[in-house]
Amino acid sequence: MNEIKRSAPQPLSKRATGIEGFDDLSGGGLPRSRTTLVMGGPGSGKTVFSLQVLVNAARQRDEAGIFVAFEERSHQVMANAATFDWDLPALAENKIYILDAHLSPTIVQSGEFDLSGILAILKAKKEAMNARWIVLDGIDVLLTLLRDPLLEMREIYRIRDWLADNELTAIITVKMDSQTSAVMNYGFMQFMVDCVIRFDRRLEYGVPAHRLQVTKYRGSSFASGEFPLSFGLSGIEVAPPEPPEIIHEASTERVSAGFERFDAMLGGGLFRGSSTLITGAPGTSKTTLIGKFAEAACQRGEHTLFVSFDEGADQIMRNLSSVGIDLNTHVQSGLLRMYSGRTEAHSAEEHLIKLRALIREQKPRCMVIDPLSAMAKAGGIGAARAVANRLIHMLKDSKITVVISALIEGNDPQMEATDLQISTIADTWIHLSYLVRSGERNRALTIVKSRGTWHSNQVRELVLSESGPMLTDVYSAGGEVLMGTLRWEKEAEESARQKQRQAEFEHKQRELEFAEADTQARIKALQLDLQRQQAELALYTLDGEARALSSSERENELRRIRGADLATRMEPTATSPAPCEAS
Amino acid sequence: MRRKPIVIPSDSAAVTAAVVMRLYVVGGAPNSVQALANLEAICQRQLKGSYQLEVVDVLEQPLRALADGVIVTPSLIKLSPLPAAQIVGNLSDKSKVQRALGLEEKIW
Repeated sequence: MNEIKRSAPQPLSKRATGIEGFDDLSGGGLPRSRTTLVMGGPGSGKTVFSLQVLVNAARQRDEAGIFVAFEERSHQVMANAATFDWDLPALAENKIYILDAHLSPTIVQSGEFDLSGILAILKAKKEAMNARWIVLDGIDVLLTLLRDPLLEMREIYRIRDWLADNELTAIITVKMDSQTSAVMNYGFMQFMVDCVIRFDRRLEYGVPAHRLQVTKYRGSSFASGEFPLSFGLSGIEVAPPEPPEIIHEASTERVSAGFERFDAMLGGGLFRGSSTLITGAPGTSKTTLIGKFAEAACQRGEHTLFVSFDEGADQIMRNLSSVGIDLNTHVQSGLLRMYSGRTEAHSAEEHLIKLRALIREQKPRCMVIDPLSAMAKAGGIGAARAVANRLIHMLKDSKITVVISALIEGNDPQMEATDLQISTIADTWIHLSYLVRSGERNRALTIVKSRGTWHSNQVRELVLSESGPMLTDVYSAGGEVLMGTLRWEKEAEESARQKQRQAEFEHKQRELEFAEADTQARIKALQLDLQRQQAELALYTLDGEARALSSSERENELRRIRGADLATRMEPTATSPAPCEAS
Repeated sequence: MRRKPIVIPSDSAAVTAAVVMRLYVVGGAPNSVQALANLEAICQRQLKGSYQLEVVDVLEQPLRALADGVIVTPSLIKLSPLPAAQIVGNLSDKSKVQRALGLEEKIW
């Protein structure tokens, strides 16, 4: 083997943008000391993105940056940024310099010009501030004044060389026709720069949808799909649909799902930090189960967030109080926060931003969303799916135990997958359905899946009462679970049979007791007989002995009296009285 | 190449009526050199030396250019007489420069 020493290829050095999601999909941020081209139509978020990169660098790593505004006046940039929590005026004092490069319309143009002047100014500024970042926002506004594509290209290459010489990490924004996706006049820039990001804004079902796509990244891998983005309080948030690595902690702590029998069915309750999906047709008591979970969480003293869509908080609390679930007390104590969202004309992204803010505010340990499927009402299913995914991952990251309901039309078990496709990422999936038999509609609860825990495979009947929801005992007959009246009949029948058995048993017991007593009595009588007979026998024996003794005594007496025997003569005093007395 | 700001002095008697201008250039950049030549030609022909011109090299005084709102070079600023005017480019379109400097009347 030839040992050829090669210097190991240096991985491309990147600078994190601090924009949520973007650093993930770009594999670490923007290329260091290189130029990134940001293209997009009007209102697609180019300027916000660029400015946010500068703000994050200044706030998170204390790196200075220069923002060159070719299109807007610097005070307009400041005013627009005021909608975010950046506090740009404070940063503008020493960390972010906004250069007003907006040519006044009164300026007369005569002949060719070039950008060497502004580059000299920027170099001076850069050295004074020790800036690491630069944004050239809307440079096309200035360059189109040259009215010559070749001259424009020359200036762009001038900028590129200048950026490379000055070791600045740069972002250049240019406009893109949102209809044709063609970059106006600057197509070649995509080949010149090291990284290209496309922003897109379009209407989906009447709701604006923002997208971002990295179309080029020299020397680096990147997620190449289109990713939805949203504008929140701290600027742009990009949503990579699947984070490259899932690092949720898996807790073994169990929390109650609401009531005892339900917990038992789940093998002891829900895991802390897990996500549970409750699906079902309208009216299958999804909200009741969810409300019970929320109440149980509050009773444990945990901060809880109750998010509902298209139904007012008051109405939910009233309805739940009819099945013995009291949320009002917890709302008053501040443990529970109710939030009701309106879904028409609000995209899923907007809901996500609102939920994020609520979570920051309430810091819940448990959360319920009823129903999550409402989020897909406006703005298209694609966006809603991505949002639902991100939401669940976000909740897992924050170790929030969440129970979500989703509406499913129909009862076909094959159709149990949800529109939002959350059933695949939820840890536990509970399905509620109706069983219609014998003119009745009864609620049935099944655990479709529950990751990492034993759970019952049986369909149970869910019964609502004034004291809350409960799961009843199951009777199966002919391969089917009996519910409602059939269950009641079966229960009644079972109870009658039980009573009969009990009566029979008691009767038999009494019979046996009687027989036993009888035998005992007989034993006693016989024993008495035996005793009497024994006593008689003893008496008889004694009598016989006495008789034998008296006869031998008489003989001896006779002998003594007659004086015939030697032996009696030898002891006359001991055995017999004086012969004179006896006669 | 570095240039000192050049002041081309005018006749001392005509100072009050003189046109005062400032030209921002970048070293020996072609457009800057051309702008200076074009401007000097116009001034020689139409102002007959009754003007005041300061040439500022942005490479040497970038912050001054910044304060004057100069973005591109070359950039000519007419300071007086009012109204002030700014012309960008190498000044090759002479009629535009004359109009901006308010020299048109003097042509006739």
